[in-house]
Amino acid sequence: MSAVDLKLERTEGWNRPPVVEPDGEGELLEVAMGPHHPSTHGVFRMDVALDGERVIRLKPVFGYLHRNHEKLAEGMSYLGSMPFTDRLDYICPLTNNWAYALAVEKLTGQQVPERAEYLRVILGELTRVMNHASAIGFLIQEMGASGTPLMYAFKEREKVLDLFEALTGARMMVNYMRFGGCRVDATESWLAGARKVVAGLPQFVDEFEQLLMTNEILMARTQGVGILRPELAINAGVTGPMLRASGVNYDIRKVDGYGIYNRFKFRVPLGEHWDVYDRFMIRLLEIRESIGILEQALKDIPTGPVMDPKAKIRGFRPKPGEAYGRIEAPKGELGFYLISDGGPNPYRYRIRPPSLINLTILEDMCLGQNVADVVLIFGSVDIVLGEVDR
Amino acid sequence: MKSVEEIKAAIEAAVPGAVAEIVPNPSVSAQHSLRISPVRALEVAKFLRDDPELALDFLSNATGVDWPDKEVSEKVKVTRTVTKTVDGVEQTAEETVEETRKRVVPGCLEAVYHLYSMAKKHGPVIIRMRTVNRTDLVFLPSLTPIWRSAEFQEREIFDLFGIVFTGHPDMRRLLMWDGFKDHPMRRDYVEPDDFDYEPTAHDEVLARALAHSDRDQRTVNSGQ
Amino acid sequence: MLGEGILKGLAETARNFAGSFVSADRLTTVQYPEQRIAPIEATRDFPFLVYDGADWEAGLRCVACQICEKECPPQCIYIVKSTDKKPDYVGKQQFYPARFDIDISVCMSCQICVEVCPFEAIKMDTEFELSTTDRFGGLLHDRKELAKSNEHYHKIHPTEALEVDARLAEEKAKTEAKAKAAAAKAAAPPGTAAAAPQKPVPAAPGETTA
Repeated sequence: MSAVDLKLERTEGWNRPPVVEPDGEGELLEVAMGPHHPSTHGVFRMDVALDGERVIRLKPVFGYLHRNHEKLAEGMSYLGSMPFTDRLDYICPLTNNWAYALAVEKLTGQQVPERAEYLRVILGELTRVMNHASAIGFLIQEMGASGTPLMYAFKEREKVLDLFEALTGARMMVNYMRFGGCRVDATESWLAGARKVVAGLPQFVDEFEQLLMTNEILMARTQGVGILRPELAINAGVTGPMLRASGVNYDIRKVDGYGIYNRFKFRVPLGEHWDVYDRFMIRLLEIRESIGILEQALKDIPTGPVMDPKAKIRGFRPKPGEAYGRIEAPKGELGFYLISDGGPNPYRYRIRPPSLINLTILEDMCLGQNVADVVLIFGSVDIVLGEVDR
Repeated sequence: MKSVEEIKAAIEAAVPGAVAEIVPNPSVSAQHSLRISPVRALEVAKFLRDDPELALDFLSNATGVDWPDKEVSEKVKVTRTVTKTVDGVEQTAEETVEETRKRVVPGCLEAVYHLYSMAKKHGPVIIRMRTVNRTDLVFLPSLTPIWRSAEFQEREIFDLFGIVFTGHPDMRRLLMWDGFKDHPMRRDYVEPDDFDYEPTAHDEVLARALAHSDRDQRTVNSGQ
Repeated sequence: MLGEGILKGLAETARNFAGSFVSADRLTTVQYPEQRIAPIEATRDFPFLVYDGADWEAGLRCVACQICEKECPPQCIYIVKSTDKKPDYVGKQQFYPARFDIDISVCMSCQICVEVCPFEAIKMDTEFELSTTDRFGGLLHDRKELAKSNEHYHKIHPTEALEVDARLAEEKAKTEAKAKAAAAKAAAPPGTAAAAPQKPVPAAPGETTA
């Protein structure tokens, strides 16, 4: 599917969810799926009205993990908010750090040394590989596979988390990127360890694929389920693998070319059937593309400093103004909107969460489907509640 | 992509009666924005989305900003008639003095939208809308009929800032529970005094803990 | 054939299962706490205060500047400055903390306190098995619990500790050299040509050497 017809008839209410009429008579069964639910990726509730097995109405309810990070940031210095960004999308802390650092660097115009850019790409792509592997693992677990594919993904994840710990000091809450570079430099032995892990990744993806991709049960449950039309996806602000599975070629790494991404050759996989199986396969293909980027980056990384020498750790006061910086996080477009009034704390600190915006069309995809499919469709959106609620 | 001035001209040409004001951005990012008046905002938004050159079909970020009331002191020249007694004779004279007057500039709430184009791969175009004041006239038109991605984000702005979007299909709170009062992201928000027990309390948290506790013989950390 | 995909998947699982008996790569579970994984050097858990020498009170590097208290994002550090001073590692009189509490139930191990400390006084420890049954103060560590020797720092983070020691030694040498130069200038009697202490200066005509 190449070009998407964007000039389609925008009649009244075209981007509203469809109205589904119940088949039978009698009352609808109202079920609250969540917040205590093993398949809702966190504390998330869906108020579902069912006619037998068909979903007539679905309203997502969240806010159970709302910590008002945006208000906390108004009372803290710019650096002090960096550890809190780890806790947004807690499966991918490094990309959250990168997005925040990018937004502040846009605001102040700081330059990032080349070695730091390469390190950011290496860590960002490792995070992307791990996130997609976990997302697939969780999705298949929700299908009933009782944890085996998930544990395969987590086996690889352990190796990558060990790498993160050796470099940043923590497995998950890394607090590693700084405004103007990275906190510590990577040693040669770390880079050698990273090369070893990346060398083992293609075999892992092959095993993963062989385990699952031609599995008949999986294909029967995911093909043709949860179809999302590309025009609706664009209008609903969907980004990330979900958008590309609907056939829209929009990858911020290619569009904005932030950092040094325009030096790497990689392809952007697109989906043709726009269903849950496509979202699955897109993630697998993106893992392969990320492995390609990692190999290129690990080969070409130069020597040099990892921090802008003019960068300040304490007493950081950007001049008044505002900036919106965004990256292609593994879940979609993660953006930070900062307004500075010249003081040490930001005046307005806003996180544009990809998981929340991707949930906008959950209702559209689920109406008319069976309730068992709701879990799969929801899993294919791949959300993290830390990001949805902040 | 067009510059901010060109976009302003295009908007004013396409939607008669619409006024777009450029808000310059002094930072290095140079992301200037356009302030549009809420009256014709829906038509302006439709033009921005459907125009073949701009094709801003992707609403990336919709957020609110709180600009509280500001007290401004200005020096004002005031002419007054003064009666003075000179040598026993009453005379009226006019004198001009400079007074420092304080006045309150009313604040407002603002909604900021970041628009990108997936068809043309350009952006961002930033538009802003301001409410009349922060207390009762907090209405703005909802852009959800134009961009569906505004649906949850406008609900969040309503929840956290208090801007009511007219024309929104489902205007209720998003992150806080339905019975919650007040709007947490406002600059003058005061946290309610709902105390949560903290096991290693010290300093002012300890004072609050003791105030709420009915056990007054609690073993305090005998700090050394 | 219908079911071929399922069989392929099962073959994969069987390979892993059989392989876990022969290859360490396929057996990834570590039976904690009987077995432990070797700790990674850069790991960080909760902060501790470094002291030099044997006496923890006299050798404590912290001068109670309270920068870490201000920069800590969750505000878990609580410092009370002393009223008197004690000499630090270069001999300069400095304040010290009369009270230095870290609430580790609040601390999020972000290590910003370590980054901003100008005196290399607070570093990250690697101890994480700190659960306690005392909910009133068991997780509030005071300065006695937090003070650990420089040898301990060398044991847990050898490369970092060597770098810190080199930095401190360099600073000490610089301060001593400055002090010596200042003392030499003050000790030399007035009116004499300034001579370098080691090199004999050839006497210019008309001048007396010191």
